Amino acid sequence: MAAGPHDQHELSDPDSDVRHMHDSKVQNPVLRWIDQRMPVISMIQLEYGSFPTPRNFNYFWNFGALAMVTLVIMIATGVVLSMQYAANTHLAFDSVERIMRDVNYGWLLRYAHANGASMFFIVVYIHMWRSLYYGSYKSPRELLWMLGVVLFILMMATAFMGYVLPWGQMSFWGATVITNLFSALPVVGEHIVTWLWGGFSVDNPTLNRFFSLHFLLPFVIVGVTFLHVVALHITGSNNPLGIEPKTKKDTIPFHPYYTIKDSFGIVVYLVVFAILVFFMPNYLGHPDNYIPANPLVTPAHIVPEWYFLPFYAILRAVPNKLGGVVLMGGALLILFVLPWLDSSPVRSMRFRPIAKWLFLVWTVNFGVLMWVGGKPAEQPYILIAQICTAYYFAYFLVILPFLAKFERPLPLPESIARAVLTRKGGGPLPAGATAKPMEKA
Amino acid sequence: MRRPLLMLVPTLKAAALAAVLAPVLALAPAALGSGARAAEGHDVIHIPDTRFSFDGIFGTFDRASAQRGFQVYKEVCSACHSMRQLSYRHLTGIGLNPAQIAALASQFQVQDGPNDNGEMFERPARPSDHFRRPFANDAAARAANNGALPPDLSVMVKAREGGADYLHALLVGYEEPPPGITVMEGMHYNKYFPGHQIAMAPPLNTEGQVTYADGTKATVDQMATDVATFLAWAAEPELEQRRAMGVRMIIFLTILGGLAYAVKRKVWADLH
Repeated sequence: MAAGPHDQHELSDPDSDVRHMHDSKVQNPVLRWIDQRMPVISMIQLEYGSFPTPRNFNYFWNFGALAMVTLVIMIATGVVLSMQYAANTHLAFDSVERIMRDVNYGWLLRYAHANGASMFFIVVYIHMWRSLYYGSYKSPRELLWMLGVVLFILMMATAFMGYVLPWGQMSFWGATVITNLFSALPVVGEHIVTWLWGGFSVDNPTLNRFFSLHFLLPFVIVGVTFLHVVALHITGSNNPLGIEPKTKKDTIPFHPYYTIKDSFGIVVYLVVFAILVFFMPNYLGHPDNYIPANPLVTPAHIVPEWYFLPFYAILRAVPNKLGGVVLMGGALLILFVLPWLDSSPVRSMRFRPIAKWLFLVWTVNFGVLMWVGGKPAEQPYILIAQICTAYYFAYFLVILPFLAKFERPLPLPESIARAVLTRKGGGPLPAGATAKPMEKA
Repeated sequence: MRRPLLMLVPTLKAAALAAVLAPVLALAPAALGSGARAAEGHDVIHIPDTRFSFDGIFGTFDRASAQRGFQVYKEVCSACHSMRQLSYRHLTGIGLNPAQIAALASQFQVQDGPNDNGEMFERPARPSDHFRRPFANDAAARAANNGALPPDLSVMVKAREGGADYLHALLVGYEEPPPGITVMEGMHYNKYFPGHQIAMAPPLNTEGQVTYADGTKATVDQMATDVATFLAWAAEPELEQRRAMGVRMIIFLTILGGLAYAVKRKVWADLH
């Protein structure tokens, strides 16, 4: 449990082995009885009620909550879909069509789930971009960031296996191409691929295990998300200024300020989600996946889902298969060591006049990689992919480690409260600006 | 060292702005839309836009057109193309009533069984039966079609780039091959088919090929529009319900969002 410092007050002697019931402040006798024995109510109060949160979040700080909402939507729709889906190569395609036609609101469940994957990646990409721009990955939040990278990779694996389940042409051929990447590994490659497939090609055993793993991994994601949140609640959130809160004036309680701000963000997000699901449910999909899988007919162009395209472009940027696989893996794994690659102590790009622009170029570069990943592997796209791949890595391996030696950061504000209130027109801090007391326990 | 690098800032700013604006605006939609859309190959075929009743956000299926389209499917396409995802009962979606559907289904003989003697037998179809397939299996379909497999049409509109527009274009796109192009034996020239050589002979070739009960003149273009409408319905029978629900969802969420924003402003008022 993410126990805050206040949790320890009932242990009068820290060295004592004697266990105590929790000294609950809850009024309701039933809830109090529970809270004394299992202080989850106190924990929620501490971690989501009075939890001190920087007062200066912008709307980029909504995306963690949005990712959480999306995860819940994905699991809820996914569990119901799994009750109707048949993980068998002869039945899978038709069972999905049956969901679309004969299951009550099956079309809604499936379109919400399929587009939910895209929405999940949009949200997580923005969430990660936020971390990169405002330096949220830097000390003391390295582990928080690394757990986030674990979540991102788990999401990619889950999404990939989920896309295989409808057993359309892109499902089959995408699975074939991606699993074949492991064959690039020397000596053991071919054996690993056979082991992954459960045979000598992508076939029924592959579909079965992908379904099993597609069901399992989301719950692993839930577990890692929990650790991600635990780590967050130890360090506290970063903020757009990238400076730590120093006094109570710099923070506000999570509730009601950020509960209402997140609620508003969630509704706006659901509008975008609804537009996609209700009016353009197949816009982000590929028509070929409405053709049943056929191992004898290869589609003209095998393209992964849009959210894999930047990494697909890196994979294809080098003519050597092993080299491509290593680069693609490296593009993800490099994120784990990012906190130690960036040598600048300044977190927020607002105060890094050069890094800011080089990072925005990196952002565009990522977009170009996404575009080029959807193009055929021919010139000039290969050259573009190579240049962009080089910049992708150069940003992490050259710019971030060395730029801080030359760059002179802008002066950091004295405190969050000072910066916020100066921007609002200055003047002394108003009374009661620190916190609104919690009304309910 | 610091000064020269700082002098780079305006240049970097300009470069980054240009870099942001140009490729992102021009290319991101293509990348997002779907990678393959851009990966069509060098021979870019322009599919003409047909005006359909179900176009746009508020479009609905023209029931009369969809019913005529079903007639075209039944009398022409179904000789070779299956629609395995559909049952006769689904046809309530294009406005047929249960009695009409029962009468329609009973025209078809389907195999059932085994009976108590362990034998398969033929019986008239019921509304709950799937559309009868023209061939027993894919091999039989190929054998009867010069080696080519007529694809199932259940989700054809969703399985082709361009959807109903493409199907309509394909059906009216047969013509004599341009000079210099030799069409392989058993193939036909179609200006909208990728590669232009299609195994399917022109299915809709003469005006009046189908006699419409409602008196609509059965031109090739009309028949193509009708059957494309029917196939669009078959691929997305939920479309009307989906859009209607979507409109209600967006209205609801917009009001909820407005309220949430008002509450947010009020809660935050004492901080500003």
